[in-house]
Amino acid sequence: MKALQVQRSLARFAAARLASGARAGAGARYGPLTMADIEPPSLPGPGWQRIYPRLSGICGSDLATVDGRSSRWFEPIVSFPFVPGHEIVASTEDGHRVVVEPVLGCEARGISPMCPACAQGRRRHCLNLTAGHLSPGLQTGFCETTGGGWSLALVAHSSQLHTVPDALADEAAVLVEPAACAVHAALTPVPSAPSDPASPLAVVIGAGALGLLTIAALRMFRPGLGQLIAVAKHPHQRSLAHQLGATSVVGPGELRRAVRRASGGWVLDNGQLSGGAPLVFDCVGSPVSLADALAVTAPGGALVLAGMPGPARADLTPLWQREISLTGSYTYGPEPLAGGRHSFDLAAQMAGELGLERLLSATYPLERSADAISHAAEAGRRAAVKVAFDMRAEKKPSI
Amino acid sequence: MPRPGFVLEVDRSTPPVLMWHGEGYRLERLPAQRSRVVYAPEPMAPLADPDAAVQRALLSPLGDSSPLPDLLFPGMRLTIAFDDLSLPLPPMRRPDNRQRVIEAVLEMAAAAGVDDVVLIAALGLHRRMTDAELRHALGDRVFDAFAPNGCLLQHDAEDPEGLVEIGRTDHGEDVEVNRRVAESDLLVYVNINLVTMDGGHKSTSTGLMSYKSVRHHHNVRTLQHSRSLMDHTRSELHSSAWRIGRLLNQHVKVFQIETTLNNDAFPSNMAFLQKREWEWGVRDRAAYLASSQALSLLGPSARRNLFHSIKAPHQMTSVQAGEVEAVHAATLATLHRQQVVDVEGQSDVVIFGLPHVGPYNVNSIMNPLLVMCMGLGYWFNMYIGKPLVRPGGVVILSHPTPWAFHPVHHPSYIDFFEEVLATTTDPAEIEKTYEERFATDEWYRHLYRTSYAYHGVHPLYMWYWGAHALEYTGGTIVVGGDRRAVRRMGFKPASTLADALEMAEDQVGRDPSVTYFHCPPVMLANVH
Repeated sequence: MKALQVQRSLARFAAARLASGARAGAGARYGPLTMADIEPPSLPGPGWQRIYPRLSGICGSDLATVDGRSSRWFEPIVSFPFVPGHEIVASTEDGHRVVVEPVLGCEARGISPMCPACAQGRRRHCLNLTAGHLSPGLQTGFCETTGGGWSLALVAHSSQLHTVPDALADEAAVLVEPAACAVHAALTPVPSAPSDPASPLAVVIGAGALGLLTIAALRMFRPGLGQLIAVAKHPHQRSLAHQLGATSVVGPGELRRAVRRASGGWVLDNGQLSGGAPLVFDCVGSPVSLADALAVTAPGGALVLAGMPGPARADLTPLWQREISLTGSYTYGPEPLAGGRHSFDLAAQMAGELGLERLLSATYPLERSADAISHAAEAGRRAAVKVAFDMRAEKKPSI
Repeated sequence: MPRPGFVLEVDRSTPPVLMWHGEGYRLERLPAQRSRVVYAPEPMAPLADPDAAVQRALLSPLGDSSPLPDLLFPGMRLTIAFDDLSLPLPPMRRPDNRQRVIEAVLEMAAAAGVDDVVLIAALGLHRRMTDAELRHALGDRVFDAFAPNGCLLQHDAEDPEGLVEIGRTDHGEDVEVNRRVAESDLLVYVNINLVTMDGGHKSTSTGLMSYKSVRHHHNVRTLQHSRSLMDHTRSELHSSAWRIGRLLNQHVKVFQIETTLNNDAFPSNMAFLQKREWEWGVRDRAAYLASSQALSLLGPSARRNLFHSIKAPHQMTSVQAGEVEAVHAATLATLHRQQVVDVEGQSDVVIFGLPHVGPYNVNSIMNPLLVMCMGLGYWFNMYIGKPLVRPGGVVILSHPTPWAFHPVHHPSYIDFFEEVLATTTDPAEIEKTYEERFATDEWYRHLYRTSYAYHGVHPLYMWYWGAHALEYTGGTIVVGGDRRAVRRMGFKPASTLADALEMAEDQVGRDPSVTYFHCPPVMLANVH
């Protein structure tokens, strides 16, 4: 069957890194991603089934892999060759539509008893990412055994599948996985300082798919929130950020002053704010966005890293001096701040109520992977948000 | 005998005309047969002995006022207020008019045995002046005598202890004035009139009042009903300022001293900037070419420093003192003689070349808001009768309009530009939604009072200043401006003047009539 596959090839990773230095997404032409004709993955054990991707999105972490820019942190928790793609809406053998919760925890790996985190429903904290009857892999789309969404078939454990309501179009359903990440970030429990206002100010840095979905999730599931400042580079991002609930949208260089205006206080001589926002979400994950986020987080406030970061140099003095809580936000799970409802349920609700299909800007067949990845890598400049592969016109592979 | 102003009808033989473009200038060709150029009158002859003229004015006041020496007595509280650094433009060579006048007043005060004398820079909501700027305006003797003793003050429109409310006008306008002024036996106001908008009661009701008072005349309604700002008899802004000033005069004796300047704005090595192009000699052409070439080699900062170092050879053409309104009438008569140019009818398009400096960027950056204020606020309003451009016509501005702000002088401008104009450019909406927040922001207040920042509300006033033009015209095109900055203000950017004229046709039709207002030097179009 047709599949896009990432090979372990140092030369190709190096070429991708070099090419992507000139143009983001160029790694798709020179790097480790290749179109392959492979056998569909076998079922690893009981509870597994074969599913057939309809749409599969391109995520920032996929782009980092294709461009050879992923952190080496992931090396022991992925297995090569793997088929990328973890934002998946697919059909089951019996024709039902499902979205995939890609995290591969103990249950999917056939490990019993489960680790304490998985036993509590926190698969994202699984201690066994390299064990069990699967190859190492933190998620579907990074694991050799399971395959991934950028193909015509993959395998998924029943615990990973969420039924798509009939009313939800594929184009919205493919946004459920990233929306679940955004919901999880938005509902991060953060300590509140005694000085926090009743309707705290929040800041979302970045208005790509994750940033926009985080804005939407904050508005939908954190009703006590007051003003919400979004940082967006491009006109369509500004417009969507407003539509999804940002009270003001500013350019990257305008953030500090915007936060000062909203929170009061002064700008000190070096551009430092005397106050800041109690709740800040970095949905970019770059050294620059991290520095901006640290600069606008109020004393005692919380900074949530929602975007996948990489190696970064940062002046952590404000983190120390202001006692800022720096929290990572990875994937999903039961959300204590939403009565224990699962992030995927909340995301599916959001996708339906907000019409998230508007965030799907373009789809491509697998054969045009280089175009698709280039489009996704330049989504901001090309007025796009989410780009996905569309396999709906493909014939189901024979097994 | 200086020649009067002149309107040149452009034909095929007309040479390119000089057009200011921020810290630089260009030669531009205008469409023949349908364009005209309005040239300013040549500089009037200055007073032969300005110091003697000042003495005469103080001793022979106008209106219902006694000579200054008769108003001075031992033990009195005398306050001398003076116009701030927004005047004149460019700053004049030493001695500044303020120095000449204040030295004369101080000599009379000393002769009368007056000990309690305080000088106040009438800043209004403008930024504080630096010591160097004060020294330039007042001269070394005055500065050194008063500054070290704390007797040279700068008005603080946000000082709760330093302001006092003396009443309300019959229109309900609050009159909250500098406490020292209110508690003085005599206020001597020393003014420099470069344009007819300034002077009269506007001097005190803007320069020495609080935001609470200034807001009554600096707002969208008054600005939209000032036709024009240069004609106080047809200006709602001035009507309000007059009411407030008259009420002040009921509480404090005001002795107004107004001086006028000729429009000799540039030193002799830049004389071509004052001349009509067909009269340029070899030296003028060489100076134009050499200066243009040199400027093209400099970066923005170096060009700015160069232009802001220019000190104009303006000279005093009149001085009058006494009762405010009588004095101002005499001032206006002189200014009209210097500045008025008769122009027949309006045109479809008017072009303004904007220079490097306006009232609010002396020693600073002309940011996009100041470009708007300069073009649509000042140059557009340089008329009596009716505007140079017809209703629904197009204004073309020539200025680089950089997205650049002086962070010390204009902090609230940055926020206004980034936040407010990203949302709306409607002056009424801006006033309703944002004015209170900008006016009461504690950080802006702190910077205004202790640093060198314009008041928080000042950028909104810049926008209001153009409210009449925004309402009256069909659009504004900026030639050679930063496209992002131009668009942020709701204007259209054009690369060249030819492009701008072509774009204007979308609004006013084919082959529009064009007026180029060749300013500076400052002039006033009397449009019939």
